[in-house]
Amino acid sequence: MESTEQTRSISGSMQSPRSPSSLPYLSVSVTDPVKLGNGVQAYISYRVITKTNLPEYQGPEKIVIRRYSDFVWLRDRLFEKYKGIFIPPLPEKSAVEKFRFSAEFIEMRRAALDIFVNRIALHPELQQSEDLRTFLQADEETMDRFRFQETGIFKKPADLMQMFRDVQSKVSDAVLGKEKPVEETTAAYEKLKHYIFELENHLAEAQKHAYRLVKRHRELGQSLLDFGKAVKLFGACEGEPTGKAFSDLGTKSELLSIKLQKEAQQVLMNFEEPLKDYVRYVQSIKATIAERGTAFKQHCELAETTKLKEINLDKLMLTRSDKVGEAEIEYREIKAESEEATRRFERIVTRMEEEIVRFQEQKTEEMGVAFHQFAKGQARLANSIADAWRSLLPKLEASSTV
Amino acid sequence: MMGSENADGFEETNLNAQRDVMENLDLGVDGDAGGDNPLKKSVVNGDTSNSGYRSAMSTLSNVRDPLSPPPTVMIPADSDPLLAPPSSYEDFRSFGSKPISSDNSYIEPPSYADVIFSPFDENSDSEINGAEDSSLHSQFSDSLSRSPSSSSSDYIKITVSNPQKEQETSNSIVGGNTYITYQITTRTNLPEFDGPSDFSVRRRFRDVVTLADRLAESYRGFCIPPRPDKSVVESQVMQKQEFVEQRRVALEKYLRRLSAHPVIRNSDELKVFLQKQGKLPLQMSTDVASRMLDGAVKLPKQLFGEGGASAVPVHEVVQPAKGGRDLLRLFKELRQSVSNDWGGSKPPVVEEDREFLEKKEKMHDLEQQIINASQQAESLVKAQQDMGETMGELGLAFIKLTKFENEEATSNAQRIRPNDMKNLATAAVKASRFYRELNSQTVKHLDTLHEYLGMMMAVQGAFADRSSALLTVQTLLSELPSLQQRVEKLEAASSKVFGGDKSRIRKIEELKETIKVTEDAKNVAIREYERIKENNRSEVERLEKERRADFMNMMKGFVVNQVGYAEKMGNVWAKVAEESSQYDIEKQSS
Repeated sequence: MESTEQTRSISGSMQSPRSPSSLPYLSVSVTDPVKLGNGVQAYISYRVITKTNLPEYQGPEKIVIRRYSDFVWLRDRLFEKYKGIFIPPLPEKSAVEKFRFSAEFIEMRRAALDIFVNRIALHPELQQSEDLRTFLQADEETMDRFRFQETGIFKKPADLMQMFRDVQSKVSDAVLGKEKPVEETTAAYEKLKHYIFELENHLAEAQKHAYRLVKRHRELGQSLLDFGKAVKLFGACEGEPTGKAFSDLGTKSELLSIKLQKEAQQVLMNFEEPLKDYVRYVQSIKATIAERGTAFKQHCELAETTKLKEINLDKLMLTRSDKVGEAEIEYREIKAESEEATRRFERIVTRMEEEIVRFQEQKTEEMGVAFHQFAKGQARLANSIADAWRSLLPKLEASSTV
Repeated sequence: MMGSENADGFEETNLNAQRDVMENLDLGVDGDAGGDNPLKKSVVNGDTSNSGYRSAMSTLSNVRDPLSPPPTVMIPADSDPLLAPPSSYEDFRSFGSKPISSDNSYIEPPSYADVIFSPFDENSDSEINGAEDSSLHSQFSDSLSRSPSSSSSDYIKITVSNPQKEQETSNSIVGGNTYITYQITTRTNLPEFDGPSDFSVRRRFRDVVTLADRLAESYRGFCIPPRPDKSVVESQVMQKQEFVEQRRVALEKYLRRLSAHPVIRNSDELKVFLQKQGKLPLQMSTDVASRMLDGAVKLPKQLFGEGGASAVPVHEVVQPAKGGRDLLRLFKELRQSVSNDWGGSKPPVVEEDREFLEKKEKMHDLEQQIINASQQAESLVKAQQDMGETMGELGLAFIKLTKFENEEATSNAQRIRPNDMKNLATAAVKASRFYRELNSQTVKHLDTLHEYLGMMMAVQGAFADRSSALLTVQTLLSELPSLQQRVEKLEAASSKVFGGDKSRIRKIEELKETIKVTEDAKNVAIREYERIKENNRSEVERLEKERRADFMNMMKGFVVNQVGYAEKMGNVWAKVAEESSQYDIEKQSS
């Protein structure tokens, strides 16, 4: 099964399993989608195969069965624990009911999940995650338990949406020059936020056209098929030699129709899907931006509160009040919290700086691959179209000299 | 231009604006920016520069149809598309514009990718006539893909242009109706027209109807190209300008088809139509009412042979009753055809009929297939067009993305390889143009299918002539026995009267006279029928050959086009793939 999978190349700090075993590696594949359950309860399960030589893992190879919501659990855990890091995106949750179990959708989802896990495995920080280890190794019952436990604690999509909106409005407020003290206003960060938001629009548009292009391939294929059939019927009506020539033309047309359908599928998987993936990625980055905003706000507010407490304490100390002890304790607690908040915020900032660089490099690489594949595919398609039609010419010449 | 647009604004721009954007894009070094303009000149004598190409193509080109026919039946010779567009191949050399694949050297043998396809114009006249008005429009309206002459030196080229409003002269206070006239210009070197010469007349649509009707009468049994519709509804509903233009195109097509017909082009009717200044001196078709009146007057003459002419002029006999003004005959033949249908007296010729019926059946079948194929051809054209449009939109989206990344890059990684996306975008826009060009060619080639639907109608007309001629014969044949019977009865009756019955004897003589006239008419009708049958046969044979040739041309043209543009696109994409080969996954597996 693995040989038929198309995994996009991923640049990362780890080697492939084929490299000398002294170097650490962790590689995962998501394979073998199987439909389980009945009716409304039906779902798809995947085989997740882990190959590694890392000591934290139980042995060189481990196979577990996971379903989509397990992946969602992993993502949510990582998002909570590793703020500031751009958590790789998941493929969309729900689809139109009819489409949910179509072969095409299942394959697209499987490929996306495979990439999701591997991106995590290749990330220098995320790969250390205990949750990742759980995900890759725990038996199914344990996994189910974990999954049920954690739902409800984490933010619902609606909350995330609200956060996006807050961030967006804050961005525009900053652009309009309104004073909003609880918001970062460094030029560099503003620029970054603007870039991310605009990038999403551009990528989305490109993806939209890419999807339409897939449809056009399919439509052209269909019309070539119909045309071929009609021409063949026409040929059957005519006598020789025109009849045979038309017949050949029709056959070639039908043949090319098949090639077009194949290319349509390729364009979908290798061009449109990566674009869609990056749209999701940018949306994930926006979530991280929202997290940073929250962290910044906390840091600011706590710093403010700490200052007030400090002033209050000083006052009390001056008046030799008996409340000093209490106030001192409070002050120390708040100060600790504030320092913690500041640390959290700063860690996010640091992480994000690294992440942006990483993201850009990854994007350049993966988009490069996608473009290359697309160009190759189009070239191949055009050449086989040319070859097919060209092969008719000698026959057409021969027929017309009769 | 692009900086001022944001993503949303762009979405609203209509497709034409997008197309403009695409055409104005500076696509870089290969000088393709102007590549969208159709070549305006056809160079006739660019042979020298092209000889190498021609010799390479010589195995593929077929100069003359080896079945060189007798002069009266013209067969398309100069119709091989691989020969005719050498004028366009020559263009590309003499034009000096770089072909898309800049390296001619590594493409051996000459590939179709190097060809710049000019608008498909088979009519050799345009080559000779040099700097023709080569707007795409007139080239689209070139009807059949064959040149009308067996040697390239004979030509006749008709153009319809310059519609103008004119007013009927009238004595009434209100004034006459307005109508449109068209200028009809003929350029020819045919001797029948005192060529080489060119001349113009002004005609209105009614004149064309007259021409068509007179031709239908004179050339029974021939496959006469159908004239444009009267389009009464359309003329009311459509915008005036649009309708006039549509009609102008249709008239041009029609007249060109007429001049392409080997027999009809020599007809007096056509000559007069094209040459005679002022009022068209052809007998106008009259409406049914006046026909009826005429017919009523003619009635006694026909029966009694009055007025000096003892018989109805024979040629009137052989005209179909419906077209003519012969009311009585009309009724008779109607009755006859009814009795035929009911399996009355069998028509004298049976075997041939079967062959004829088979042929009719086959024609009908063929027509169905042509309709089907032309429908599918239309949806193929649409699919190609859509593909081109979406490809172009994709390219533009990527160009915008490239620009955005370059302007707003926050890290160097984005700037390291800025060309990858740009190359892809440029290629997509180029491919989009290729699809558009491919399509305009495809439309012309597959237009042959539409042309032949028109010809099917002409064939039907020819078959109908035959049927109606046969009906005339049968009608006359069926009259004779009853006339004979009446004579015999009268003779038998009068022989009983001693000395004869004066009035009866006179009647017998009259009847005998009528029988003689009817006999003569019958013989004429039979000769006419045979003549029409022969016309049918030779026309059908001619058309079969032409159809075969035309469809072969169509196929070749279509296929050559597909090959050429597929090669062009393949080259463009291959270049992008090559330039981005560092991303090749197979190369990356270490």
